[in-house]
Amino acid sequence: MSLTPTPLTSAAGPTAVLRQAVLEAAASFVLALLLLGPIVGLVLDGYQIKNELQRPLLIAALVALGRFLFTLALHTPSGRFWLERFSAHRGKTAILVQSDSDRQHHGWLLLLFIAGLALPFLANKYALTVLIQAMIYVLLGLGLNIVVGLAGLLDLGYVAFYAVGAYGLALGAQYLDIGFWTALPLAALLAALFGALLGFPVLRMHGDYLAIVTLGFGEIIRLVLNNWLSLTGGPNGIAAPAPQLFGLEFSRSAREGGLPFHEYFQLAYNPLHRFIFIYLVLFLVVCLMALVVNRLRNMPVGRAWEALREDEIACRALGINHVLVKLSAFMMGAMVGGIAGVFFATYQGFINPASFNFFESALILAIVVLGGLGSTSGVILAALVLTILPEVLRAFADYRVFAFGVLMVLMMIWRPRGLIQPRRRAFDVEGL
Amino acid sequence: MDWHILAQQLVNGLTLGSIYGLIAIGYTMVYGIIGMINFAHGDVYMVSAYLTAICLAVLFSCGIDSLPFALLATLVAAMLITAAYGWTIERIAYRPLRGSNRLAPLISAIGMSLVLQNGVQLSQGARTQGVPSLIPATLRFGDEETFVQITLVQVMIVVVSLASMALLHWLIGRTTLGRQCRATQQDRRMAAILGIDTDRIISTVFVIGAAMAAIAGVLVTLNYGSFDFYIGFVTGIKAFTAAVLGGIGSLPGAMLGGLILGLSEALFSGMVNTDYKDVFAFSLLVLVLIFRPTGLLGKPEVEKV
Repeated sequence: MSLTPTPLTSAAGPTAVLRQAVLEAAASFVLALLLLGPIVGLVLDGYQIKNELQRPLLIAALVALGRFLFTLALHTPSGRFWLERFSAHRGKTAILVQSDSDRQHHGWLLLLFIAGLALPFLANKYALTVLIQAMIYVLLGLGLNIVVGLAGLLDLGYVAFYAVGAYGLALGAQYLDIGFWTALPLAALLAALFGALLGFPVLRMHGDYLAIVTLGFGEIIRLVLNNWLSLTGGPNGIAAPAPQLFGLEFSRSAREGGLPFHEYFQLAYNPLHRFIFIYLVLFLVVCLMALVVNRLRNMPVGRAWEALREDEIACRALGINHVLVKLSAFMMGAMVGGIAGVFFATYQGFINPASFNFFESALILAIVVLGGLGSTSGVILAALVLTILPEVLRAFADYRVFAFGVLMVLMMIWRPRGLIQPRRRAFDVEGL
Repeated sequence: MDWHILAQQLVNGLTLGSIYGLIAIGYTMVYGIIGMINFAHGDVYMVSAYLTAICLAVLFSCGIDSLPFALLATLVAAMLITAAYGWTIERIAYRPLRGSNRLAPLISAIGMSLVLQNGVQLSQGARTQGVPSLIPATLRFGDEETFVQITLVQVMIVVVSLASMALLHWLIGRTTLGRQCRATQQDRRMAAILGIDTDRIISTVFVIGAAMAAIAGVLVTLNYGSFDFYIGFVTGIKAFTAAVLGGIGSLPGAMLGGLILGLSEALFSGMVNTDYKDVFAFSLLVLVLIFRPTGLLGKPEVEKV
């Protein structure tokens, strides 16, 4: 099932092509049947078997048909053209240079900003919750993008920092009586501290080890939250406080000494106020973060991140302290994750460890991969697509994780730099 | 601590360790030859557990009564199909990425792992599955109150793992295929110049790793009896820990690391706390990576341009 077919001599006639296509289709049919037959076709039902063999047969037939058409298509002139283009593009990892003439979309950005601010006032409750979730994932995507996309460090336990932020708010409120606004910077610092603690020993090592260590770390955090019943409430979860606006509460009736928002402004009580407020704060934080990341990319530290991603040995030879530079990216990403966690906790009002499993990490990674490993606009777009699309396609909700997996493999083969090619500001030699 | 509890934990640890060792072989061989962590390997093991239950159910519903034959047929079928999984995964997800940057195969591997986990969940359902307890025979040492219990399956696990390790050791050390594997591991380009089909060797390594994971999957399913689509994740990280502990790239290291990890995990859960045994194993991974990244039997890795 390799992508490149066995090369035929250019003089090969149509019969040879057809023969090869049929042979390859037959081979993939047999292989698909061998692989899927038992797992997909024979469903365990207690100690018995339910026969569903029509499913693998259908899938195998589709695979064979696809393979047949694919082989044929690759031997047509346009197929050859695409194949050559594909092979030529594969090795290239260069980043497109953005000259000054390219950068004239500030008006659009302002319009988008205003639209983003106005959006919650037009939405109903359901749409508002989807929007808030989407914004949380945009924030998470931006954070992980610093680590994976810019610095090239594969963090598979990113959800741990998200959990640190969320539990920072919930536990802080329960034990130290702090509110949303105090927790926001504190949780960010705490998450960054966790990032430093984990990153410092590991970042000195080979890049692949980081992936597995962060994977383990994500599980450790989840298991500790799950098992430390006396502190975190374990699987039963813990309540998190709602945000306040200068001491005004977003509830129908305030706690002792508090004043509800709607009474202060002489409005009728509306439970949406709380969500609109969370959305607006979150939206501003997301915009700020996008701006910060964009600025950082053009600063020495951002350039060092990308340089380390491209060639670590060359960077070290040039005197860049690779541990500190990587650590800065790792901590920065962890901090953003922590902030996202605070928003998640205050929006949900209640959190438990089940929200912070590996699939969550995988989803955030899928966002970054689809967005193009380094492109800010790409990540924002991918986060919106990957969170809003499943809401629209509720019927296929079960296939979500499956689709993410397929997406990651295909993206790595087809467009390792994402759908939107990242551009960076640089001296344009031709423009000089 | 009573001696019988200690001894029982040692027996359990030895069993667990052999399993980790078998799975660790897949990680260590793949890492040795192409320098990447095959994240989908844990899920290949998970697939083999499902295959075991399916094969046994099919054989019993066909009216086959002979238990040894059923077990052997299950083992062969599971190894064959799981090996096909290993081959296909390499072909689809890793081979097209050869020569790309380091991040791409890792992300592709995570994608493959998600596909396997979710694919099995979608087709077999999310609930925990199981097989009936087939070999209830146990040996007991000690008196009525304090005894150590060793099941026949546990003995089988240790014996089969050691036998397959010995076979693999012979295969890698003494045969032409093994020599080609070692040559490819040392210097892939030079091996290719000398006429070794390195793509085929890499495929073979994936097939061997998957077959070893299949043996582990069959044995674990017979021992514990229950499994779900998520078992590959945690077991995979632990087996990787075992591979790192023993020294990644080293075959005896994988087995040694597996045994050490299994024993220490069993002792930890017996003496300290069962809830935190996974935390203990993952912390061990971090500590090993900090203080001895080459593992016990590994060679230091030199980064070259």
